[in-house]
Amino acid sequence: MNTATTEATGWHKALVRHPLFLPVLTLLVLLLVNRAFNAHFFHIENKDGHLFGSLIDILNRASPLALVALGMTPVIATRGVDVSVGAIVAISAATAAVLIGGQMHIVNGVEVYVSNVPLPVAIAGALAVGLLCGLWNGALVAYVGMQPIIATLILMVAGRGIAQLLTAGQIITIYYQPYFFLGAGFLGGLPFALYIVAAVGVVLWFFTQRTALGLFVTAIGINPTASYFAGIKARAIMLCVYGFSGLMAGAAGLIISSNVKSADGNNAGLLMELDAILAVTLGGTSLAGGRFSLVGSLIGALIIQTLTYTTYSIGVPPEANLVVKAVVVFIVCVVQSEPMRKLIIRDPILQGASR
Amino acid sequence: MNKPSLSTRLTDPRTLPLLITLGLFLLMFGYGSVAYRGFFSAQVFCNLFIDNAFLLIVAIGMTFVVISGGIDLSVGGLVAVTTMISATLVQSHHWPIWVVTPLVLLLGALFGAFQGVLIQYFRLQPFIVTLGGLFLTRGLCFLINIESITISDPAYTAVSEFRLHLPYADISANVLIAAVVFIGAVWLGHYSEFGRVVYAIGGSERSALLMGLPVARTKVLVYTLSGFCAALGGVTFTFYMLSGYGLHAQGMELDAIAATVIGGTLLTGGVGYVTGTLFGVLILGVIQTLITFDGTLSSWWTRIVIGALLCVFCVLQRLLDSHASKRRTGRAAVGKTVAPAVAAGDATPAELVAHGQ
Repeated sequence: MNTATTEATGWHKALVRHPLFLPVLTLLVLLLVNRAFNAHFFHIENKDGHLFGSLIDILNRASPLALVALGMTPVIATRGVDVSVGAIVAISAATAAVLIGGQMHIVNGVEVYVSNVPLPVAIAGALAVGLLCGLWNGALVAYVGMQPIIATLILMVAGRGIAQLLTAGQIITIYYQPYFFLGAGFLGGLPFALYIVAAVGVVLWFFTQRTALGLFVTAIGINPTASYFAGIKARAIMLCVYGFSGLMAGAAGLIISSNVKSADGNNAGLLMELDAILAVTLGGTSLAGGRFSLVGSLIGALIIQTLTYTTYSIGVPPEANLVVKAVVVFIVCVVQSEPMRKLIIRDPILQGASR
Repeated sequence: MNKPSLSTRLTDPRTLPLLITLGLFLLMFGYGSVAYRGFFSAQVFCNLFIDNAFLLIVAIGMTFVVISGGIDLSVGGLVAVTTMISATLVQSHHWPIWVVTPLVLLLGALFGAFQGVLIQYFRLQPFIVTLGGLFLTRGLCFLINIESITISDPAYTAVSEFRLHLPYADISANVLIAAVVFIGAVWLGHYSEFGRVVYAIGGSERSALLMGLPVARTKVLVYTLSGFCAALGGVTFTFYMLSGYGLHAQGMELDAIAATVIGGTLLTGGVGYVTGTLFGVLILGVIQTLITFDGTLSSWWTRIVIGALLCVFCVLQRLLDSHASKRRTGRAAVGKTVAPAVAAGDATPAELVAHGQ
């Protein structure tokens, strides 16, 4: 095995060392495992102009997680973490449900749907609440100077209580038909949620790769002091980063509540923060900050959703899903860990750099 | 050698949060006594311990982890899986209590050690490893059984129903177990070599390493201890609920962290008292009791109040911390204070911004 690695040519090494190599490999392996169990796995069907198939299903269901993971990525790049996203999902879903409410009247045998407030207002309201939650986190981290995990822990503890308060402890059912388009609608043959993820991804990519913002975020993650002395407005950027994470959690809350047609303060977005962190980590973003990959986070979200799909399709009881996820976390973390890398890749440059 | 005066010791940023917690507890208990009939009694006070003995045990394990500068998110899942394994072995396989209990305690300690090894030797973040641990333990619960298992074993019911009669109140076996753990933890934390190394690691792992302290061994042991405490918490939880269920102790890791923080333990590590955690747990308990006595407030107010308290205490810690560092170094020596923080790589930007001003 040693000789094989030393004989490997340059592009082999470059490929193996590429940050997206492991995430993509993991996703491919998972997809192939699925293909092995289900011959129709890669089959995509066109029904009335809508595309259907396992792959589309996975993409669609991964979209809330992908949004949250995209929001979490810059946060983790600044050496932070946002554990409140699950609670924010619940709060935003509750806000949307309360604002829309929606009654169904039957007028002359035709179902007519009425919402409490116009749909755009409800959507804006839910997003604004998400943003507000994120800004609160950001203020605690940037201006009070709390550790990110603690600052966001506060909202994680209190958030579900707030969501319950909004819905008065009930699971609110949404009866307003147009709202369901967000989570279950199709546009041009593809699920609408995918367009939201794509739009967010492109905007985020533009701001982080085509402006100096991405550089600032990584600089804060690598060395807060140096970035402060270099004149980076660390506080303002951290506020933005956490605000964005909250906004994305709010958007995920909208999609989830639209998908299940209800808002449940207790269970909406449960353990979502963990999934999102896992997605970001799987995508190769270092939890120590200073390095991030948006594409990686998207792939990470897809890995998690595919994993869920796999456990269901190969007949593992749904309850085992958590165990499978945990085993994957452990394996990926250990493989990505420095001691393990040193063991696998005997590369003097890499070893020198990691010291 | 001049001994610090009492007032300086009381306003020391290391003891002040503990005193505020104690004061807050007395204030809340006092408020309840005035506002609600029957609140001021020895039994209500003892019920705080009876209802929160398992949380206290879990939070004590957490305190050591937090003082060492880590975090353990797996404890809630570990409590649940302990109740599940105990219930299954007792109900389905009729194993006696004196075999089951040591077995689950051993499993808990082993699981903690496993996490500690991953954290220490593979250089993984405690947050991620114990998160994986949480997934694993919760998942294992549901692999064992989806349903709740009720325990009807006579030995378990006997322990569960045991009451020690004190002059004005009764306490349960769980309280006695928690008391033993508490005393043991105080000794371990403040009078043993292990405790001193834990504080040293939390203060500065690099310094502890340079001093030749057994950092690696102690860090693994800290997580082992936390796993053991979580399993013991699970055993007491089994006595309390007389059942095993995968959804037991949902969110207990958060309660344990909250109790630790409210008790004055710094999440950056190095500072904290086991006694503080005791009062942290009592404060969480008294909030619940107040809401129960009120009767009109819904239970979700508990979460909001705990969140608000957590917020207040964290802000307080920050204020005390920045005040203390200013006092230590003086405002002029900005460069000197920043340089070591950069070397250690653990200063948050806001901290640095605060120093810079």
